[in-house]
Amino acid sequence: MSSIAIENEANYLKYKGRYKGLLGWILSTDHKRIGLLYLYSMAVMFLIGAGLGLAMRFELLAPGKTVMDAQAYNATFTVHGVIMIFMVVIPGLPAVFGNFFLPLMIGAKDVAFPRLNLLSWWFFIIGIFLVLSALLFGSGTPDTGWTFYAPYSFRTGTNLLPAIFGAFVLGFSSILTGLNFLVTIHRMRCPGMKWTKMPLFVWTLYGTAWIQLLATPVVGITLVLVALERLFSVGIFDPALGGDPILYQHLFWIYSHPAVYVMILPALGVISEIIPTFSQKHIFGYKAIIASTMAIAFVGYLVWGHHMFTAGMSGTAQYYFSLLTFLVAVPSAIKVFNWISTMYKGSINLQTPFLWAVSFIFVFMIGGLSGLVLGALAANIHVHDTAFVVAHFHYIVFGGTGFAFLGAIHYWFPKIYGRMYDKSWANIGWAVFFIGFLTLYTPMFYLGLMGQPRRYYDYLAEFHGGNILATIGSWILATGIIIIFANLIRSASRGEKAVMDPWHSKTLEWTVPSPPPVENFDEIPVLEESDGPYNYK
Amino acid sequence: MSSERNHIVPYKTYVFVLLALIALTLSSIAITTIELGGLAYAGALVFAIVKSFLVLTWFMHLKYDKLYIILWVVFVFAILLVTVVVTFLDYLYR
Ligand code: HEM
Ligand SMILES: [Cu+2]
Repeated sequence: MSSIAIENEANYLKYKGRYKGLLGWILSTDHKRIGLLYLYSMAVMFLIGAGLGLAMRFELLAPGKTVMDAQAYNATFTVHGVIMIFMVVIPGLPAVFGNFFLPLMIGAKDVAFPRLNLLSWWFFIIGIFLVLSALLFGSGTPDTGWTFYAPYSFRTGTNLLPAIFGAFVLGFSSILTGLNFLVTIHRMRCPGMKWTKMPLFVWTLYGTAWIQLLATPVVGITLVLVALERLFSVGIFDPALGGDPILYQHLFWIYSHPAVYVMILPALGVISEIIPTFSQKHIFGYKAIIASTMAIAFVGYLVWGHHMFTAGMSGTAQYYFSLLTFLVAVPSAIKVFNWISTMYKGSINLQTPFLWAVSFIFVFMIGGLSGLVLGALAANIHVHDTAFVVAHFHYIVFGGTGFAFLGAIHYWFPKIYGRMYDKSWANIGWAVFFIGFLTLYTPMFYLGLMGQPRRYYDYLAEFHGGNILATIGSWILATGIIIIFANLIRSASRGEKAVMDPWHSKTLEWTVPSPPPVENFDEIPVLEESDGPYNYK
Repeated sequence: MSSERNHIVPYKTYVFVLLALIALTLSSIAITTIELGGLAYAGALVFAIVKSFLVLTWFMHLKYDKLYIILWVVFVFAILLVTVVVTFLDYLYR
């Protein structure tokens, strides 16, 4: 690999097309610019969501009312959840890094349908504004929780319709991205890139895209049914009219459990890129990782009922769902084994992305194992709807997807901006963030086991200690976020110039200049028999 | 399965399919006037299945596509079917 800094003449950041300035971005069909559009819009939403999270933690600093009343608290956790789930982690890695790097990693000039890609971003923005309009206008901010459970969702007096319509539009954005990626991966791989030569991040995007395409319509239709129920009392979910509220839970989780794999699969892909690069070693068990990716995507469809163990399902269904929930943990464990084995006897280079990757493994293990506690029927009765569940999914969604996202941005940053961030500040940011994360969420496992319910603005005096600790953790975490954001934002324009392949990685995106030229490759690369994404000597 | 070439379907075929779809829609409305109890749902579903089959086969061109694409579509419907069956593990054993 040559390490000459190539002059950035026709790079995608500087390129001037038909439109200038902002229009040149929001009307661009370049997958790289669209990836960054998602990155910036998502970063804004993340900061808003994080602000709401800090506000909730502040309320919970002491029992009783601290800064907001019960109604305000309900609205806050609803909006926090809707923003973080539907606008940050579900689009998350595919929309930002998938868009930016999928074509580069498979040696293509763009995705299969560039205009559809831009349309997806517009749907994303329209969805965001629809949801936000529910906050600003009408009869109060939605207070049902991000799950919109029946009967709250058709009984609440708050302005729910724009919010669910917004979620519906966001779903469309997700479906179109999935469709686009599927076609791109099937049709646009460069010559010689067989399925078994695809980088693992691309493989996870592939599995994710199938879920996006097949599961998202279910939630779309479900939300339409809720709207019909609210507007015309058709009697689908309302028991007073002969409907069944548990049917809502089935339909919701038929989408939303697979959706948690939309969040985590690409994260597993990112980790599978970072670990071999910073161990300078071929990934251990390439095919086993692919198989486990596809197994997770598939079995993930069949376990949704584990969110409903206490809702009054039949015993047969409980038994079935619990069994399959245990099965779905197996492929995740296979991946962890493979990552550790990749590091074994590698020449490890402790750079920031690698720190994020190993801390990912740590929190992902705790999150996954706590999932098994929840998946066991008897234990679930005890901890369902307690702070334990909150700890579980924050360990997995924030600790998993969030850490992978931050790992990804520190890994690909030099490629995206052609500049390197300040490495010491990046490491300090990681350390503060990690400590804050553990301090914030670990007490919730304990609080949940002791019986503190989730989604209440108040708690009994005996839970005070753990809550103080968690709130202090939230401040440490916020400090970490500020350090990381400040470092990255500054470095994007003022960092040291980065070379083509700063980490000595072997995937194709590192063979083009940093930042990449508008059309990615002057000539479409051709892979030889001996080439491969992880062929370190 | 002659798929690499563009297969041109005569307009007449499309018109026939369209008429069939309209007829099926009308019949699925008509059937609600007969007192069938639970079977009314089954009836509606059967009409819907036949209609989707027509759309997939002709409008979406599956009839002239490669085998593996047809298999993908079958696979997708199989997942849907499994989802429905699993849901009934709850409803039938309550
Ligand atoms: C080993 C794998 C996993 C197992 C066994 C597992 C199991 C469970 C169970 C049984 C629940 C329901 C708890 C309850 O409400 O009583 C739950 C909740 C949840 N899980 Fe997991 N899980 C796993 C992985 C994941 C992953 C990978 C994600 C996301 C990336 C995730 C996100 C969530 C979320 C968001 C909830 C809470 C939903 C809510 O009620 O608001 N889980 N998990
Ligand atoms: Cu789940």
